Amino acid sequence: MKNNRRTFIKIAGLAAAGLAVAPKATLASGGHSPVKVNKDSAHAKRWAMVIDTTKINTDEDFAPLIKACHSIHNVPDIPGNQNVKWIWTAPYEQAFPEQLNPHLDDTVKERRYALLCNHCDEPPCVRVCPTKATFKRPDGIVAMDYHRCIGCRYCMAGCPYGSRSFNWGEPREHLDLEALNPEFPTRMRGVVEKCNFCVERLAVGKMPACVDASNGAIVFGDLNDPDSSVRQVLRERFTIRRKPTAGTEPSVYYII
Amino acid sequence: MKMQYGAAIVAGLVVFFALLLSPFVVGKAKTYKQPELKLPVGEKQCIESTEFMRREHMQLLNDWRDWALRDGKRTYINHAGKEITISLQNTCMKCHNNKAEFCDKCHDDAGVSPYCWDCHIQPEGLK
Ligand code: SF4
Ligand code: SF4
Ligand code: SF4
Repeated sequence: MKNNRRTFIKIAGLAAAGLAVAPKATLASGGHSPVKVNKDSAHAKRWAMVIDTTKINTDEDFAPLIKACHSIHNVPDIPGNQNVKWIWTAPYEQAFPEQLNPHLDDTVKERRYALLCNHCDEPPCVRVCPTKATFKRPDGIVAMDYHRCIGCRYCMAGCPYGSRSFNWGEPREHLDLEALNPEFPTRMRGVVEKCNFCVERLAVGKMPACVDASNGAIVFGDLNDPDSSVRQVLRERFTIRRKPTAGTEPSVYYII
Repeated sequence: MKMQYGAAIVAGLVVFFALLLSPFVVGKAKTYKQPELKLPVGEKQCIESTEFMRREHMQLLNDWRDWALRDGKRTYINHAGKEITISLQNTCMKCHNNKAEFCDKCHDDAGVSPYCWDCHIQPEGLK
C-alpha cells in the first residue's frame, strides 16, 4: 500500500473520533483474557524460608549462595556505600538487635547471618509505595514491578530491615557484561531493588537459587501447609525472626 | 455592522491556513517507504498473526508484563489456542534475535524509543 503512514494517521484520526463516542466496553480486546499459570510452577499459599545457622554461618559458607543469587539476577557489584544487595551477611547484633544478651553463647554471637528481604506478612514497604510498584502476591511474596518504580525510596524508609537497595548510578556500569544472565533483565538507574524470593524460578518449578546452593541448610516451602518441610523444621527446632517488635511478621526464620 | 479591518483579517487567515497546510503540500511528493525488517529465519509464524503483531504488539507487551509480573500468570494462549511462555527476553527475542535489524528499524523510523532495553537484555548482548 502506498502512503502507509498517511493512511495510518487518517484511520487513527477516524478511530480516535470513534473512540470518543464508542461505549467503553469496545476498548477491551473483546473479553479475551488468554492467560494462565505455568503448568510446572511451584505453588504455595504462603512461601517461607528457614535458615539453619548451625550449619551455615561463615562468610565463606555464604559466598556461593550470594554469588548464585547475584549472578542469576544480574545484581551489580558496586564498591562502597552505594552497593546493591539482594542477600548479604551481618553479625548477630545487627541481624537481631532486639535479642541481645550480653552472656549469649559465644558460638551464636560469632556466627554470620544471611540477610535478605523477609517477605513480610504486614510489609510496610507495600503500604508506603505510592505507585504500587511494590506489592504483595497472594502467595506471600513481596514483589517489585520495576516498570512502575519511580525511585521515591519510601519503601527503603519503610523497611525496618534495610532489605532494599537504590540504584544511584547506572547499574550496568558495574556488571560484567560478558557474564550476564541473558534470561533475566538488569535494572536501570533510579529504581529500588531487592530479593524477589526467586519468583521467576518458582514459576518454572525450581527452588530459589540460594536454597539450591545451600546443601540443605536452607529449607523453603509452604508455611500454610502443616505437612510442609518448613513447618516440620519449625516444629522441631528453635527459631527466631528479625525485629519481631516491628510487627511486620517476617517469613524468614533462623534456626539458632 | 460594517466589518473593520476585513481585508487584513482575511489575508491573515489565508496565510495562517497556508502555513497550516504547508507540510501536506510540501511533503506530498514523497511516498513513505516501510523499513525492511530482518525476519527470523526458520520461523514462519509469530505468536499471533502478522497483522495483530503489527497493530497490537505494544498493547500485548503491556498486558504480558502485568500478567507475568503482577498476576503471576506466565503462559499465554494465543487466538489459535497455542500456549506460549510470556517473556520478552526469552520468547520474543529468541526468534527476533537481532534487535537492531528488527525492533530498531521501525522504532527509529517512527521516532519512538521504548525504554524496554534500559533493563531487558537485547539478544546481541550489552556492550
Ligand atoms: S523485609 Fe523490608 S522490603 Fe522485605 S517485605 Fe519486609 S518490609 Fe518489605
Ligand atoms: S522507590 Fe519504587 S518501590 Fe519504593 S516506594 Fe517508591 S515507587 Fe515504590
Ligand atoms: S530467594 Fe532468590 S532472590 Fe532471594 S536471596 Fe535467595 S536467591 Fe536471591
